[in-house]
Amino acid sequence: MKDVTFLVDIGSTFTKVTAVDVEKRRIQSQSSAPTTPKDVSAGLQNALEGLKLTRGELQSAQVLACSSAAGGLRMVAIGLVEDLTAKAAKQAALGAGARVLKTFSFQLTEEDRAEITQLKPDIILLAGGTDGGNTENILHNAKVLASLPTAVPVVIAGNRSVAQEVAQSFPASFSTYIAANVMPQIGKLQVEPAREAIRKVFMEKIIYAKGLTKASRLIDSIFMPTPAAVLRAGQLLSQGTAITKGWGDCLIVDVGGATTDVHSLGEGMPTKAGVVVRGLPEPFAKRTVEGDLGVRVSVLSLMEAVSARVLAQDTNWSESQVEDRIRLLNAQPETLPQDAEEELFDQVLGHQAVKLGVGRHVGRLSELYTPSGLVWIQDGKDLSKVKRIIGTGGVLINSRDPLAVLEGAQQESTSLLELRPESPNYFLDGDYILAAMGLLAQEQPEVALTVLQNSLREYELTRRDK
Amino acid sequence: MEAKTLVLGVIGSDVHAVGNKILEISLKEAGFTVVNLGVLVSQKEFVEAAVETNADAIMVSSLYGHGEIDVRGLREALIEAGIGDILMYIGGYLVVGSQEWSEVESKFKQLGFDRVYPPSTLPEDFIPGLKDDLGM
Repeated sequence: MKDVTFLVDIGSTFTKVTAVDVEKRRIQSQSSAPTTPKDVSAGLQNALEGLKLTRGELQSAQVLACSSAAGGLRMVAIGLVEDLTAKAAKQAALGAGARVLKTFSFQLTEEDRAEITQLKPDIILLAGGTDGGNTENILHNAKVLASLPTAVPVVIAGNRSVAQEVAQSFPASFSTYIAANVMPQIGKLQVEPAREAIRKVFMEKIIYAKGLTKASRLIDSIFMPTPAAVLRAGQLLSQGTAITKGWGDCLIVDVGGATTDVHSLGEGMPTKAGVVVRGLPEPFAKRTVEGDLGVRVSVLSLMEAVSARVLAQDTNWSESQVEDRIRLLNAQPETLPQDAEEELFDQVLGHQAVKLGVGRHVGRLSELYTPSGLVWIQDGKDLSKVKRIIGTGGVLINSRDPLAVLEGAQQESTSLLELRPESPNYFLDGDYILAAMGLLAQEQPEVALTVLQNSLREYELTRRDK
Repeated sequence: MEAKTLVLGVIGSDVHAVGNKILEISLKEAGFTVVNLGVLVSQKEFVEAAVETNADAIMVSSLYGHGEIDVRGLREALIEAGIGDILMYIGGYLVVGSQEWSEVESKFKQLGFDRVYPPSTLPEDFIPGLKDDLGM
């Protein structure tokens, strides 16, 4: 066993390296350097040099990496019925750490084909039909995709009966990968095989197209999209290992300039009596990405979703002040708060992004009056009993009051039908190691879990003035 | 020969679960592939499940007397979804009170059902006919 493992996170702006002492199960050192987009190896080399290692140490150590550089993993998901296989395909792509540019359902049209050409996805996930179910739709869609002007890797995860036929519809220039159906039968979700296939394609194909060729010589293995590594860390933290018990159900929230990501780890079954669950089953490790909720690039759509009035109320600013500030943040996303008021403003934006993002992620209850009495219908996951919420990402980690931002996740008297955590404890990914530990989890789950739990305990967020 | 696929469910705000289970078991025993949507099933769910599974027939149950309102437009929705000619059965306590069965039957046939069954129909009463209808 090598003593030190280097975990690398190649982000769009920074390349971060965490060195973990495997024997002592602790973080040895951390360093970061600006990402060099054309050839990321330079940035990685700089970051590694920041750790001040000897050549020998560097050569003997194991290096594992994840990346969200060059726009992350851009995907298009395709299924048959919007609420069934199309939704399952989207969920599989999100769980693989992708940015889902668009989800298509039913038969692809000429316009859809033109749109996909424009979107330029890195990978297409093609689903449709339960096993033994509909075959026409996926065969039609394969033909449409086969005529795209540039070849795209296609992961096929639809009706098993025609998987081979679908693969053969593509010319040799397309690489196709067959995975098990994302929805083998109605009411059964099976996203893991497709997620694994996507990760494989990412490793084999996509990293080369994203300037990571040279870096890969420095890196031993496990290239995955950063969000997939975060989800993996969440899974480890929640479920534990064969030896060490996990923390149980968790929620991970990442507020960014452009998006708000929410990951939940938990079955999400009803916690109250008399509730009937509806809709597609939810994956244990579920990720949602809200492209309209961000505190910089997406701040205009965030204001639209929240309303300037609410932001004005929370900040004690006038509505026109709020609108001016929002326009500024959108036009100059690198803007940092200069005084306490502007800091509070960012905090309010983050709080609202968390509130809406978590609200959309969690399941909801609705009442139904039947001749035999009142029935509660649950759509999505019941996360009301989740005890731990973890905040990660630059916005939260650099915030002066991350707790105030994260508390947007919690149940309030006005949102009782949303199945949000009722009385959670809050933690901050203060060492910025979630993605790194997700990588390490593949090789050294025990070490990763210990490091992660210790780090998060250091950063438990509590209100002292209460 | 490949097994025929049936989509089964209790439509509307109806929570009667026992008969639904009995139907599922009997139909499976009779060699069908059964996609059981359970109780409280909306029209949309019947249509979508039939599309994804390429079903051969839809079997609707209704046991609380409001079936007529619940099934109105279901055949039309199937036509919209491109599977308008799918075989469709309904059975159960379809109306409130004691209406003439022939009237009830013709009402539901007009609503687009191929066969309509009264209360207390046993699985063995309709399964042979179902096999005939599906050319088995």
